[in-house]
This record gives sequence, C-alpha cells and structure tokens, in this order.
Amino acid sequence: MLLMTLRIALRALARNKLRSFLTMLGIIIGVGAVIAMVAIGEGAKALVRAQIASLGTNVLVIVPGTVTQGGVRTGFGGVRTLSDSDAKAIMEEIPSVALASPALRQVNQIVAGNLNWSTVVQGVAPEFQQIRDWQAEEGRFINQADVDGAAKVALIGKSVADNLFGNEDPIDAVIRIRKIPFRVIGVLGAKGQTGQGTDQDDVVMIPYTTMQKRIMRITHVQSIVVSAVSAEKTQEAQQQITSLLRQRHRIQPDQDDDFFIRNLSDIAEAASNSAKVMAILLGSIASVSLLVGGIGIMNIMLVSVTERTREIGIRMAVGARSRDIMYQFLVEAVVMAASGGLIGILLGVGSSTVLNRVAQWPTLISPEIVALAFFFSAAVGVFFGFYPAQKAAHLDPIEALRYE
Amino acid sequence: MVQVEDLIRVRDLHKVYRMGEVEVPALSGINLDIRRGEFVAIMGASGSGKSTFMNILGCLDRPTSGTYFLEGQEVGSLTRDAWAHIRNRKIGFVFQGFNLLPRASALENAELPMMYNGLRGGERHQRALEALSLVGLEGRLHHTPNQLSGGQQQRVAIARALVNRPSLILADEPTGNLDSKTSRDIMELLHHLNAREGLTIILVTHEADIAAYAQRQIQFRDGLVVADKRSIQPSAISG
Ligand SMILES: Nc1ncnc2c1ncn2[C@@H]1O[C@H](COP(=O)(O)OP(=O)(O)OP(=O)(O)O)[C@@H](O)[C@H]1O
Ligand SMILES: [Mg+2]
Repeated sequence: MLLMTLRIALRALARNKLRSFLTMLGIIIGVGAVIAMVAIGEGAKALVRAQIASLGTNVLVIVPGTVTQGGVRTGFGGVRTLSDSDAKAIMEEIPSVALASPALRQVNQIVAGNLNWSTVVQGVAPEFQQIRDWQAEEGRFINQADVDGAAKVALIGKSVADNLFGNEDPIDAVIRIRKIPFRVIGVLGAKGQTGQGTDQDDVVMIPYTTMQKRIMRITHVQSIVVSAVSAEKTQEAQQQITSLLRQRHRIQPDQDDDFFIRNLSDIAEAASNSAKVMAILLGSIASVSLLVGGIGIMNIMLVSVTERTREIGIRMAVGARSRDIMYQFLVEAVVMAASGGLIGILLGVGSSTVLNRVAQWPTLISPEIVALAFFFSAAVGVFFGFYPAQKAAHLDPIEALRYE
Repeated sequence: MVQVEDLIRVRDLHKVYRMGEVEVPALSGINLDIRRGEFVAIMGASGSGKSTFMNILGCLDRPTSGTYFLEGQEVGSLTRDAWAHIRNRKIGFVFQGFNLLPRASALENAELPMMYNGLRGGERHQRALEALSLVGLEGRLHHTPNQLSGGQQQRVAIARALVNRPSLILADEPTGNLDSKTSRDIMELLHHLNAREGLTIILVTHEADIAAYAQRQIQFRDGLVVADKRSIQPSAISG
C-alpha cells in the first residue's frame, strides 16, 4: 500500500517536473547551505581545538604587564619584571603548578657551514619539554647542566634541520648564532603549522641562561610558561601565581599587577563559545530556510489539491477513504521535501568538498548533521503537507466530483 | 422476512438544497423498493431529482430526511469510512461524463477501486483484465482515456464499476454523451450483466428506447415518483 502510494506520488510529481523542482528548491538551497556552512564551521572548530590541544589546555603563560611608573604607563611587555627566580618560586611554592620554564625569544640568523637561515631562537629550561610536550626526535633535550653552565648547545626544529643540513645528520654539528658556535644536541619532533600558518618547526632552542647571557645580554626573562597539574587546576594555579608574584614584586593592594597571565583554557573556552554562537546562527538560518521551503511546499500542495479536486472525487467515488486521500497527499509532500533534502545534502557535501580541495578550507562533514538535515526536511514535508492533505481528505465526494 | 429480499428500500426521502436564503427542493418524499436482480430505468424531466436520487443511493450524498436501507442496513447513520466501504464493495457507479483518471491507462483505471481494499497487485491485475475483456477492451489496456472513443471510455468505466464484484450498478445517463449506435452497445452490455451475472442495475435516462432495456420504468416529476411500471418482456432486446 505504501509502495503504491509512493508510486502515485512520484508520478504526480513527475507530471509537473519543473514545478516540483522549483518547489523543492527552497529545501534544496536551505539544506545545502546548512550542510556546507556546518562543514566549514566544524572544520574550523576542529582545527582550533587541535591547536589548543597541541598547546595544552593546562598551560599558562606569564608575560610582563603594563605598569605605571611616575605617571607614565609603559607599554605591554615593556617592563623587565619577570625573572628566572620567579619561575623557580612558582614551580616550587605552588602545589597546583606542575612545571614552569622561563622563555625568551628572538629572531636570529643561523649559520651552518656556508648556509644560513633566519629563524626564531628560543631560550628555555628543561621543563619546557614536558610543558609543551615537545620531544627531541633525535639526540636529547636541554638538561639542567646545560642551563647551569649556560652551555652553548642547541636543539633545532625540523624545518631548520631540513634547510641547513638536508639529508646530513645534524647531531654534533656546529651552528653559529651571532657568530657564537653552538653544538647541535638534538632535533625536535615535527609540530606542523599553527592556525595562523606559522611553521612551528622553524625554531632553534637553547638554554635560557645562554640566551640571557650570550645572545640577548639581559638578566630578566620575557615570559614564563607554566603547566598546572591538570586542566581543572588551571584556574586555581592562576590565582595562586597572581598572589605569589604580587608578593614577590612587592605590589601594594591598591596597585595593578605588573604582569599578565594568559590562560589557554580561556582561549579554548572563547573558541568553543564562538563556535556555539555560530551553531545557533547556522541553526536559525537553517530553520528559516526550511520554513520558507516548507511554506513553498504547502502552497504548491494547496494548488495541487485544488487542481486535482476531480481526481479526489473520482477516487472517493470508487471507495477511497479520507485517510487514503490524506496519505496520498502527505506522501507527495514528504517525497518532495525529502528528495529536496537529499539533493540539498548532495549539494552541501559536494560544495564543501570542493571548498576543501580547491580553496584548502578545513571542512568537516558530520554524519549526524547529514542525518538531522534529512530528518528535518522530511519532517517539514509532514508538517507543511498536513494541512493540504487534510483539506483534500475532507472534501465532500459529490462536491469534488462536480468540480470543474 | 420479505423485506430482506429488497436490495434497496427507500422511505420518505427528502433532499433540499439550500442556496443562501432560498431552499430548492430536489426530492420531496420518495418511497421505493428495488429487489435484487432488477433492471430499473428512471426517467423524468430535467431537474426532477433523478441525479440527486442516484447520488444518495450511491452513498455520495446524504438526504435531508428519510431513510435508505441497502441490503437491510440503514445507511444514513453510517460513518464516512463506512460509506467509502459501501461505495467500494457494494456499488459500482457509472457516470454520464465517464469520470476516468485522465493520465492513467484503461488498466490502471479499472484497477483503481481495488487500490482501496487491500488486494494484492497480481489479483488486482487479474481482475482488471477480466473486467476489461468482459466489456470487450482487452486490446486497449494501455490506452489512456484521451486515446479512447467515448464508448470505449464508458466501457472502461463499466469495467471499473465491476472489478470489486458489487451487487448494484448505478448508471446516471451512461449513454448521455454517446451516439445511438454506441448507446445500444453499452445497453447490450448492461443487459448482459443483468441477465447473465444477476447484477441489479439502476439507470437514469431521457430516452425511451434506452429505458426499454429495463424491466421496470420509474417516472420522476418534481422530486416525486409519479409512475412505476414493469414490463414482463423487455421489448427492445432483439436477440
Ligand atoms: N448542488 C446543488 N445545489 C443546488 N441545487 C441543486 C444542486 N444539485 C441539484 N440541484 C437542484 O436540484 C434539482 C434536481 O436536480 P438533479 O440534478 O437531481 O436533476 P436531474 O433530474 O438529474 O436533471 P437532469 O435530467 O438535467 O440531469 C434541480 O432543481 C437542481 O437545480
Ligand atoms: Mg441528472
């Protein structure tokens, strides 16, 4: 019975191909746009999430803040307030902190043999390895002895190794930073690009003490990277670090902090919040377009019921019950909406695949969204087909037969 | 129980059409009994209420008052669905304007009533074929109505009326749109169905020679039965 109703519906729709297609267009465009937009949104979200995860959600970064000195506000990061002893104190005195490492960075020219390469040189402590979960792929990481002795040793990133050494083994080779020779002790594992497209592997790491004394000739540190014992403890660690640093820096209760703590879980939360806003936005676009599509279907179904009044009369005269007529028109509306949904899904998946291939946009098609879109378009058919079908089913047989 | 033998039993049937303030009486108290196996012709001037009466007999329309028993069952109190069931199983309707689905083939049109009683596809097909060959259209199965002559279209309609093996055929001016030769063919077919298959046939016509095929002629005037006569020997049948 359902199969036959389906066949009647398909034939009725095929009779007015252009009209059926135009009616479905609302649903097609709506569903297609939603699938494509969600794919783009999900792709972006997944990328951001992966980046944040690669940084570690339990990581805090302390940078010097602004400070008012004699009425003059110095710029962000312009004060030399942080020291390596701050890092040590944070690590030793705060229980919710697992590790802390000073971090300094400067762009420098690296020379190896007759090749040179400009890259970011980072001064770090051994703890940095665990905080950023960044292992040496070959050789070893910087150790405490390197830091204590301000040793002239360096770890090079994958990109630096490729550019300066090619296929040669860089271990124990000598590179020069500002004419100072450094022995290569290891090659860092590849991390890939950040969301902004910077190559994280284009880096050289040396002990922070060496960086302070030999490269930058400073005694303070540019930033301190901290990892909390767990992601949940990050908030607590942030508060405790604040009070410890205020105490160490002798900041009066009425004065502002002379440092600033960046919390990656805040960034993660902001990202997931904006993703949520995006999802609500997409959802409302989806419902508006499905609503418009549904109204189109209802309109055409009402026209169709009027046009086919006589057919309805004939069917009733030979014994069709109200519910038979009801099913017939409802199935027609659902077939129209659901095939619109299907075409829309194909269109959405197709266009997001093209965006991904051609424009290199990260897109992610979740099967849930596809299933939901299909279900929703079918539901739109039921909802907006109901009234016209009801109208057809309740026609008076004799009136319908007399209809011209 | 003599009444049980009556296929149709109508008592004091009234139908009043209300058009705004004006009331148009179409039937003004019809009393009629029709036995199983009868071939009845209803005649009368235009507007005398013949179609109105047929539509009520066919469970397509409700009377304003009065009772209608079909096979001993009072029909007036039944639900819409029960009416649909009666139209489907007990009655075959043949209209002046054929009322076929324009885009469906002869075969599909003949199958239509069986789509609403749960018969399987094979059985539907078989019965439609039988009915179409009974009316002499086995060679036109896949023609749509506009590819058929008026007489052929009316045969399809008759086949459609027969497929669910009803006991009653209601035909409102079935030859009204046909020429006299084709009309005679259709009447021969109806006569055959009555004589051989034992179907009860009620037919509305304006023409005396068409009415002559029936054994009983009923005259309507202003919504009332004014004459009801039986002819023992149907005069128009030649062979
Ligand atoms: N839907 C309607 N609304 C109002 N009046 C109607 C309606 N149908 C029929 N009538 C009136 O009821 C009366 C009987 O009509 P009916 O169609 O039964 O006549 P008839 O005997 O079949 O006529 P004809 O021989 O022309 O077919 C007429 O006066 C007609 O005008
Ligand atoms: Mg009439």
